Amino acid sequence: MKLNKDKLADFLAAIPGKTIFGPQLSGETLKFTPITKTGDLCLTANNTTVPPKSVVFPQTETMLRFEQGATDIRTAEPAGETVLFGIRPCDARAMYIVDNVFFWDVDDPYYLARRTNSTLVGMACLDPCVNCFCTSMGGGPASTEGLDLLLTDLGDSYLLEVLTGKGEMLCQGAGNLLDEASVADKEAAKLLQQKAAGQIRRKIDPSGIPARLPALWESPVWEKVSASCLGCGICTYLCPTCHCFDMQDETEGAESRRYRTWDSCMFPEYTLHASGHNPRPARRERTRNRINHKFSYFVDKFKVIACVGCGRCINLCPVNIDILDILSKVGEEAL
Amino acid sequence: MNTHPYKPNIATVQDTWFETYGDRCIKTFKVVFDDEEVRDNWTHLPGQCAMIGVLGTGESMISISCSPTEGKFLRFSVMRAGKVTKALHELEAGDKMTVRGPYGNNFPVDEWKGKNIITIGGGIGQAPLRPIIEYIRAKKAEYGDLTVVYGARTSADLCFKGEFSELAKVENTSCRLSIDVKEEDWPHYVGFVPALLMEINPSFENTIAITCGPPIMINFVLQNLKKLNFPDEQIYTTLENRMKCGIGKCGRCNAGNLYVCKDGPVFSYATLKNVPEAFA
Repeated sequence: MKLNKDKLADFLAAIPGKTIFGPQLSGETLKFTPITKTGDLCLTANNTTVPPKSVVFPQTETMLRFEQGATDIRTAEPAGETVLFGIRPCDARAMYIVDNVFFWDVDDPYYLARRTNSTLVGMACLDPCVNCFCTSMGGGPASTEGLDLLLTDLGDSYLLEVLTGKGEMLCQGAGNLLDEASVADKEAAKLLQQKAAGQIRRKIDPSGIPARLPALWESPVWEKVSASCLGCGICTYLCPTCHCFDMQDETEGAESRRYRTWDSCMFPEYTLHASGHNPRPARRERTRNRINHKFSYFVDKFKVIACVGCGRCINLCPVNIDILDILSKVGEEAL
Repeated sequence: MNTHPYKPNIATVQDTWFETYGDRCIKTFKVVFDDEEVRDNWTHLPGQCAMIGVLGTGESMISISCSPTEGKFLRFSVMRAGKVTKALHELEAGDKMTVRGPYGNNFPVDEWKGKNIITIGGGIGQAPLRPIIEYIRAKKAEYGDLTVVYGARTSADLCFKGEFSELAKVENTSCRLSIDVKEEDWPHYVGFVPALLMEINPSFENTIAITCGPPIMINFVLQNLKKLNFPDEQIYTTLENRMKCGIGKCGRCNAGNLYVCKDGPVFSYATLKNVPEAFA
């Protein structure tokens, strides 16, 4: 099917009862926020600075509410239905990967509710960023893992591919706004997607990395790659597959809440014991954990690399630490 | 019945007492769930932990220091160290605390039937060992000899002091206590726990050794157990790390590819010797 760009506002308006999130500027930061008018959507910009994980796994989220001195604990109200419109395939794939964590063994009720209630409308990347490397991590500019619908920009219209039942439901109310896509449209989209994949310059073969990492535990490589790290945590905060969180209690007047908030393995407090002992005392150990978690531990547990090649950690690092540089050192280091 | 993994249950503190005094004093709490259904449905085995806390302050993962054979209550022995444990220490009989769990795996008590057990503890490390000792004591006929080796810096730093003389009277059970520096009227061993272990010289045959204590003690105990020819599969320890969720989501408690909260806290040395961060 095909959606003429003139009908985008009508298409979104035809989705009843769901909050529609899209990439929009919030101050100077591009992130997924509820859409009020389609003109504010930044659909041609590349990856949002803040990954759309913020919709299903908010940066700060209330878990429990209680009153000071009382023992009645209320769990947070269930999340409503959402649509993530214009999510990039790498970010959708990241959610698909992170699902493993939140649905492993015990379901996380907050994530489960938000994730089940979300429909992911992807936007194929036709103009990848300079640091994108999705094709090395098992994805691509038009990969569909995690997506319910995929749009490809054909100029004055979007080719619309329905991928799941959820995606089909979303289109139900908009039937009269959609046109049949011709064979030529589909071929044009395919060519654009292939061209985009060809434009990705940064590449690495990660296949040997998980096996090499355990042997490089004491390697000097960790000292080298973490030497300039400031420990700011941006690489993990804004990583779409990073899922670590802290839990804290907060009291205001008589009302208290327990909330969770994104945390980072790059912070010393993350692992600091109350005794003062820290099993990961320095950036060397913390950087080693970050890489091992994504490329070794996660692979052991869930059989997939916890990196989608979105390039955010490279783009946003204030001292230009480059995960591909780390990975190539890991790949070259003598075992 | 509360099945929400993050919503804690309310429990009332029935009794408290201090095991040790000083800056990092250890206080024991005996608690009972307020909700009868929770109380009746709660099951745990030696080695497991629970997230206990104070509403408005937070939660900490603490090992359950009683055996289910002791009754329908829980015991926690908590060292005053950080924000949450300080708030816990304020609690007295009649006060409320929150408890969720139990979390983690347990000592493989069924697998160990018919075997001799030796526990080797140091300081607050005796807290996770106490439930396995009590469990075996309650089911003594199903297990072989029980040897309890426990030490601390001074006699005042030993936890559960009042329990060992009674324990030593149990059939096929012996208790060996130690302190680091000589004190007047101390009838037991003076020296470090790993050295006491060598003096006891236990046979590895049909014997499981479980150790918990400060990292430096564990390190030397493991070396000595190897000198005594204990196979890796017969050596167990329990690990601890900072935790928040307790259910393998929040990320921080990993030692290598293992989550202490889910894959542990009980590990055999056969598993841990290949985990680079296990004793970090």
